[in-house]
Amino acid sequence: MTGRFRIISLVLACAGLMWFHQMRQQRPTRVQTAKQTRTLILGNGSEPETLDPHLATGQPEHHVFGALFEGLVAPLPGNPDANGPGAAASWEHSPDFVTWTFHLQPNGKWSDGTPVTARDFAYSYERELTPALASDYASMLYPLLNAEAFNKGEMTDFSKVGVRVIDDHTLQLTLKGPTPFLPSILKHYTWFPVPRQAIERHGKMTDRDTRWTRPGSLVGNGPFQLKDWHFTHSITVERNPHYWDAAAVRLREIVFLPIQNAGTEDRAFNDGQVHLTSTIPLDKTPVYREKRAAEYHEDPLLSVYFYRCNVTQKPFDDKRVRKALALAVDRESLIRNVLRAGQKPALGFTPPGCGEGYETPSVLKFDPTEARRLLAEAGFPGGAGFPKFEILINSSEAHRTIAEAVMAMWQEHLNLPVTVLNQDWSVYLKSQRDLEFTVCRAGWVGDFLDPVTFLSIWQKGDGNNNTGWHQSRYDELLAASSIEADAAKRMAILREAELLLLDELPILPIYWYVHSYMLDPSVKGWKPSLLEHRCYKALDLVPSS
Amino acid sequence: MLRFIISRVLQGIVVIFAVIVITFLLLKLSPGGPFNKEREMQPHVREMLEAYYGLDQPWYVQLWRQVKGYATFHFPPSLKMPGRGVDEIIAQGFPVSAAIGLPALLIALGIGVPLGAIAALNPRSIEDRTSMVLATLGLCMPSLVLGPLIAMIFGMKLRWFNVSGWYDSTDWVLPATTLGIIYSAYIARLTRGGLRETLAQEFIRTARAKGASEGAVVFVHAFKMACLPVLNFLGPAAAGLLTGSLVTETVFQIPGLGQHFVSAAVNRDDNLAMATAAFYAALIVGFNLLVDIIQAALNPKIGFKG
Amino acid sequence: MKLETQLSPSPWRAAWRRMMSSWLTVGALVFLACLIFACGMAETISPHQPNAQDLELKASGPSAAHWMGTDPLGRDIATRILYGGRVSLLVGALATSVAVLIGVSYGLLAGLAGPRTDAAMMRVVDILYAFPFMTFVIILTVVIGREFWLLFIAIGAVEWLTMARVVRGQVLGLKNQEFVTAARAYGARGGRILLRHMLPNVVGPVIVYASLTVPGVMLLEATLSFLGLGIQPPDASWGVLIRDGADNMETSPWMLFFPSLFFSSTLFALNAVGDGLRDALDPKSFQEAGD
Repeated sequence: MTGRFRIISLVLACAGLMWFHQMRQQRPTRVQTAKQTRTLILGNGSEPETLDPHLATGQPEHHVFGALFEGLVAPLPGNPDANGPGAAASWEHSPDFVTWTFHLQPNGKWSDGTPVTARDFAYSYERELTPALASDYASMLYPLLNAEAFNKGEMTDFSKVGVRVIDDHTLQLTLKGPTPFLPSILKHYTWFPVPRQAIERHGKMTDRDTRWTRPGSLVGNGPFQLKDWHFTHSITVERNPHYWDAAAVRLREIVFLPIQNAGTEDRAFNDGQVHLTSTIPLDKTPVYREKRAAEYHEDPLLSVYFYRCNVTQKPFDDKRVRKALALAVDRESLIRNVLRAGQKPALGFTPPGCGEGYETPSVLKFDPTEARRLLAEAGFPGGAGFPKFEILINSSEAHRTIAEAVMAMWQEHLNLPVTVLNQDWSVYLKSQRDLEFTVCRAGWVGDFLDPVTFLSIWQKGDGNNNTGWHQSRYDELLAASSIEADAAKRMAILREAELLLLDELPILPIYWYVHSYMLDPSVKGWKPSLLEHRCYKALDLVPSS
Repeated sequence: MLRFIISRVLQGIVVIFAVIVITFLLLKLSPGGPFNKEREMQPHVREMLEAYYGLDQPWYVQLWRQVKGYATFHFPPSLKMPGRGVDEIIAQGFPVSAAIGLPALLIALGIGVPLGAIAALNPRSIEDRTSMVLATLGLCMPSLVLGPLIAMIFGMKLRWFNVSGWYDSTDWVLPATTLGIIYSAYIARLTRGGLRETLAQEFIRTARAKGASEGAVVFVHAFKMACLPVLNFLGPAAAGLLTGSLVTETVFQIPGLGQHFVSAAVNRDDNLAMATAAFYAALIVGFNLLVDIIQAALNPKIGFKG
Repeated sequence: MKLETQLSPSPWRAAWRRMMSSWLTVGALVFLACLIFACGMAETISPHQPNAQDLELKASGPSAAHWMGTDPLGRDIATRILYGGRVSLLVGALATSVAVLIGVSYGLLAGLAGPRTDAAMMRVVDILYAFPFMTFVIILTVVIGREFWLLFIAIGAVEWLTMARVVRGQVLGLKNQEFVTAARAYGARGGRILLRHMLPNVVGPVIVYASLTVPGVMLLEATLSFLGLGIQPPDASWGVLIRDGADNMETSPWMLFFPSLFFSSTLFALNAVGDGLRDALDPKSFQEAGD
């Protein structure tokens, strides 16, 4: 090899690299191409376990179902938390909120062109409640008369359940008690209709493991229909020409990407691959919040982050101890310095806006002096003699950071011997259920707009109580609320219950979630929602100037 | 030779079933189960679910069903993803993982072997030190750090490739490079060690004394022998690469197999966890057999010993 | 020492001299000694507490008060590196010991036992080899819980496999050599043969292999920490610090840089010592020294 040859090949290699670099740099991003094809691409957290609305339990599924199916009531384009016409064009209820009559859309159709009838809804509710299907969220339908007994197998005649088909386009629901918030519940995917024709082509009504949810087989009644499901990579939905309001749908396609890692999703957004992220990496939040206000969004959510106390354990059976712990958490500082995404300090339990006419009592505050006084009163002056305890968390970066910060606060203000215990998801759940913890991290997401979705879990014997705490007065209040037909009186009863809960504090509320995410400015019609309802038909893509 | 292969295949089948049985027992021993969720399931729903998937049977019945299922190629369904069999999940992820694993293996060999050879041929020289420093750096570099770095440089800054995803025909480049660099470090060290040992041996000295050119000595005689440790490493490494790496798949958003190894165990999708373990065992057995055959071909002294 | 009764002292001394003649090996040894000292004396060296938070400080870059910066909870990175070093070095040393202990005894037994037992024992090793490591470790943590010692067991349980193979190979090679046959002929019993004749002769390869295992083990610990399976918070190991650093790579690069620097220089030093040991203890070099 001569020197000249070497030089020539080096020059050629450099030129080739430059050419390659130029060529690759010029290529349009996926988001730019998507604007032409009116395709919305969004990060969707993780891979949906199933696209069967009766078997799903997660948030990623919730987002896809919003495009594929539609309940009787649907999100309003201007405010997704408000109740607009869906599969039902209108509805009315008896004065006591017990009997509801729904008038279906006269031209409502499945994506295969067959009409959506009241019988489809009755079939869906029967499927959901049939014990053999073992639907995890069947309890969402328990407001229906006799639904619980049917689901538990105590009653085998579905005609006794409060669902009546009056005619093809009229459905009557009878509830077990006054439920003014029923329309909000109906927006939950467990109440969505499922296509009998598709399900029974692939098996029995109660078969869990059939392929009816695959592209080509899945039939829905939503504004979009399933086009492609590339497992663990993407779900693509396209316009449903048979949708009753098809003229209003502007997007041609929506692509859901199951991007689990926040860092990966962040890079994908900055590389122009997605219009919308499902989250933002913890360390980027303050930066984006300040510098990229056009894309950064921060919406309050109907969820609360809190710690459970095991009240069957000494000294946590003493409510003064629990109160001391609650008062020694500096929520403002935690949010300002650790969480940094504009979360709201939880001064009560139910998040703000969780029901029309309900005001969350704000009784908690940061008061280390009072906390120390209460702790001394309980017999542990200056933390002396307090037994060692642990904050149980499931392995996650965010939970760990919060637990470490709370731990430091309890050590500093109360001088308590506390550490953090990390467990795997399934073990953590088991410890929680078997009350094998002292203090443990938890979260609760509301299913509909009413305080009951937060307050009912603290009743005696509720599967989600997991604190060992119960009080007959509290249970009485909740029972009273379920038969109260007057909306204002009902809210007053629930508020009394929450005040009681906040006085007893079997749980230590920490903060109310916000959903922070990045959204490409070319997406128009996007609206915040406490329940993360999305009105996909109202969305559009316009090139930003 | 045929006898050797048949006996090894039979042994391999025993190994695979042993792995299935052990995984099953370990999973049964561990607390929690597939149907534990943050939102507590109603007790009657749990009972129905357990009955549906046969989890209410005594453990030996369940084990027998699993073993029988694998033996007759009737694979169980996933416990977490209704409507998907474990075989379908693996069949979907494996080609993707392989499409990244194969180039990664080639990259690893392409970087590792020359690096190791240069080091071995110039012991204690500056080339030796430099290549070993590089190899050690590669060894220390966890894919969690290297992956995002590569994505940021070649994806975000230079825009040569997509930072993540699996749409374009070039999407394998960045993840394969990440994996390749990490494995090349091991291969460089093994090549250096193997080659140095071989070069010091009798038959090389003889070859040299006979006046064979240095190139011939290295490439014809020494290399064959030096391959052995690398080959031994390549068996498990190939299985590991082909079944994907969780971290690389997460960082580059690749719909491969690696994620299932961890998520199935963490989420307690017991059926899927057993299936991934069995699949991995099958790959290991297969590659080790392949390695043994190549070894025997390279070095008649080892031969085919059962 | 027993070693010296078996082997003439000169090759060992020669090996030592050979090792000390390599500046790289000596440098690596000195570095490791300093590191162990610094981690051991972390309380005296550092003015900060490893878990003391200063929330208002957040993640700030290197400064006079915090030489290597702080993390988002305002904890001093330098101090956490020193304390984390204890964990990482301890895991490296202990898990390797576990691996050596199991591997050597298993390998010796397999090598000395009859061909049938040997074959059975090696099939067990094959089965364990065929296990996907991650699945194994995750299930193990679920079964046993997140105990700190579990880390040693989990890592040791994986690393011993290769060790057992190495030792068994060595023993099979030695079994029929003259001095062992001679000892048998004199009526020495199995246990005695094992202790007096076999063990010393596998020590060389075992030391070399162990020194190369330590870095591997530390890497494994880091990998497990990425999955949140390692040490419990708020304590950290280098693996945990690097993972945190990777999460904050773009906004606070010092969180990644300094732990990585410590980690890679330690691994480099350990590798250098391992290489030095291998060169020094190489049987062929022994022969050359004896010539």
